[in-house]
Amino acid sequence: MALLSSITALANPARFSAFATRVLPWLAAATAAMLALGLYLGLVVAPADYQQGETVRIMFLHVPSAWLGMMGYTIMAVASLGVLIWRHPLADVAAKAAAPLGAAFTFLALATGSLWGKPMWGTYWVWDARLTSFLILFLMYLGLMALRSAIEEPSRAAKACAVLTLVGSVNIPIIKFSVDWWNTLHQPASVTRMGKPAMDPTILWPLLANALAFTLLFVVLHLAAMRTELIRRRLRTLRITAAASAAFAPEPAE
Amino acid sequence: MNDPHLGFIVASYAIGLTVVVALIGWTILDYRAQSRALAELEARSGRRRSRP
Repeated sequence: MALLSSITALANPARFSAFATRVLPWLAAATAAMLALGLYLGLVVAPADYQQGETVRIMFLHVPSAWLGMMGYTIMAVASLGVLIWRHPLADVAAKAAAPLGAAFTFLALATGSLWGKPMWGTYWVWDARLTSFLILFLMYLGLMALRSAIEEPSRAAKACAVLTLVGSVNIPIIKFSVDWWNTLHQPASVTRMGKPAMDPTILWPLLANALAFTLLFVVLHLAAMRTELIRRRLRTLRITAAASAAFAPEPAE
Repeated sequence: MNDPHLGFIVASYAIGLTVVVALIGWTILDYRAQSRALAELEARSGRRRSRP
């Protein structure tokens, strides 16, 4: 009960900003430590793969980026429900702050996947279901950011972006199951499959460490971006108030 | 590490480093810019309100 009330208290933007300011240094330190550990495990400890050789090390960057690209969009989809159904004061702030982060990690997944594909598949790109649906995810992020910047009124932009985000969220299960539904060059799920992961622990643990490190990085950047967005909105309100009071101020007597 | 595909590995991590540094840098710079603008506006409006 106390936990629930402390979570709902964060719905207040001022309380959320104070909370973010308090936890960000600790989270940033944990992120730096996990990134260092993840890179050490991935680049030094993990052995070369018996088939892929050293190229397997690209996976420690590619897979966490791909997970975060999808997680960012899932956060935006949940936040969009918050905008349209509950009109939560922080929902649109969360959605807006997640978009550039999700786009960046999606781009990173596409770029590293391409660089992994050339030595393994013999090509940088194929129009198979997984790669194409992931490219669509990237384009969705860009489209949402463009739509938001094209609408000046924030509440209208929030609603339009929420609707488009929810429409685009149909792509997330398509990305996830594309490797099962269609015959793709991309390998099927090897970590999140039913039963045991199809990966040796010497490769799996460095991958999970990097996934945790990148997730922490996303959380830190998202919290920081949400705090900045709250300042931007307060600034906008103050500017409008100042302009309105200047417009309606009585003319000075001559 | 003596792998024929070393260039692909280095390029991947170079792009990863660039993206992460750019995201962190953009987040810090945006926060500083917005905080400064808010402080300036509040200081200005505070002076205006304090005038008779």
